[in-house]
Amino acid sequence: MPRPRVYKTDAIVLRQRKLGEADKIVTLFTSHGGKVDAVAKGVRKTRSRLAGHLEPLTHGSYLLAEGRDLDIVTQAETLDGFPGLRADLDRVSRSLYCAELADRLLPSRSEANPVFRLLLATLGRLDQETEIDQAVRFFEMRLLDELGYRPRLDSCSVCDRHLEPVDNFWSSAAGGVVGPECASAVIEYRRLSVNALKLLRLLQRGTYVEVARVRISGDLGAELEGCLSGHIEYVLERQVRSAAFVETVRRSAPAIKGAEEAVTYSATTSTGPGA
Amino acid sequence: MNEPWSFAGRTTAAAPVARLIEELHRLPGIGPKSAQRLAYHLLRASGEEAQALADAIIEVKERIRLCSQCQNTTDIDPCVICADPARGQVTICVVEEPLDILAIERTRGFHGVYHVLHGSISPMEGVGPEQLKIRELLNRLRDGTVTEVIMATNPNLEGEATAMYVSRLLQPLGIRVTRLARGLPMGGDLEYADDLTLARALENRQEV
Repeated sequence: MPRPRVYKTDAIVLRQRKLGEADKIVTLFTSHGGKVDAVAKGVRKTRSRLAGHLEPLTHGSYLLAEGRDLDIVTQAETLDGFPGLRADLDRVSRSLYCAELADRLLPSRSEANPVFRLLLATLGRLDQETEIDQAVRFFEMRLLDELGYRPRLDSCSVCDRHLEPVDNFWSSAAGGVVGPECASAVIEYRRLSVNALKLLRLLQRGTYVEVARVRISGDLGAELEGCLSGHIEYVLERQVRSAAFVETVRRSAPAIKGAEEAVTYSATTSTGPGA
Repeated sequence: MNEPWSFAGRTTAAAPVARLIEELHRLPGIGPKSAQRLAYHLLRASGEEAQALADAIIEVKERIRLCSQCQNTTDIDPCVICADPARGQVTICVVEEPLDILAIERTRGFHGVYHVLHGSISPMEGVGPEQLKIRELLNRLRDGTVTEVIMATNPNLEGEATAMYVSRLLQPLGIRVTRLARGLPMGGDLEYADDLTLARALENRQEV
């Protein structure tokens, strides 16, 4: 039998599921080892030393022991618990959506440091910034990029011709934007306004700071969401479960918008919005 | 979860015994060895003992249903807690599971009534508000007798999300919504407390 080996890693907790009486299996997105499932023993007891540090959407430092099948979490310490994100339903729902995307789209134990940094930066934005939907769209676009599903935005995805500044079409099946003449050649498509196309290009090439500066109206936001979330579901070949919850939360939003003041506890954020 | 794990081809036990082992093996926390041990124990036990167990199982399945008011599991409707005249009907304590009621009852510190949601919002597992008994809760609040709803869901991400969602729905009704306090557990260790718990504990500190 090989000697048990322990290793230290920082990671984002993507999700948890119950195991037996008092244990849980946590899915960790480690900074350099990709997605790893690990057993956290006794975390459903109130006096667990690990539980608070293993909540979903926590960035922490973990000591893992290699097990036969699953690794075992032996020590845990929070680096950033994103308290602002947890105290607000709109932010929590979107953060869970981002975490689910990472969980569904990444293979186990395969290094994905750029995606890790992207998710970490996104959670930081969802914790602190006001334009949370823009942060999610930016995450979606860059995630598609990192995973090799970069949508085509400059020329028609069917005939390769230059796109005119008129209403074009978006087709996930074709892999991006389609010109008006070619729309009938693809199976499913949706109308794409000139402004939406400009924003998609900005999301693909701009920095987050540039994206966050743009004011996006409700309709335009919905158009972008339809394109990107739709594209991700096309790539995944199934529905993203948390997307329904984001929608439910959006519908339940109180009428007194703007007066909302998320209760934030002295945030100890160390991760800047960079990246 | 319950993959077909047949003992039939693996044991030399007689068919009825093999069937019993297989049924017991389906129960949570019962592995193949425990299932065998339990089966042979029942085989040796008296006829009455086995009958009592069988009856008890049949009885829960036949007689237990959900209380029409609090959604707790009960054999009479309304359940004993809802029907108790000594309990105040103005405060509702909302919990995730029926077992949580037992935990709160043990404290003897709560004299209102309960509402069981049967789960918590967990978007990644596909459990949204529609799958919980939230509509039933809203129906109970309609006549205006209830003045306070205590959200006693678990202090984790799902429980917090559920509490926030319910309180958002109740906001227009003008009912006071409170949340169980969060702090340090008895016998705990400051050194190992997570930041969020410690921050809350500090914030809601009390005069000694």
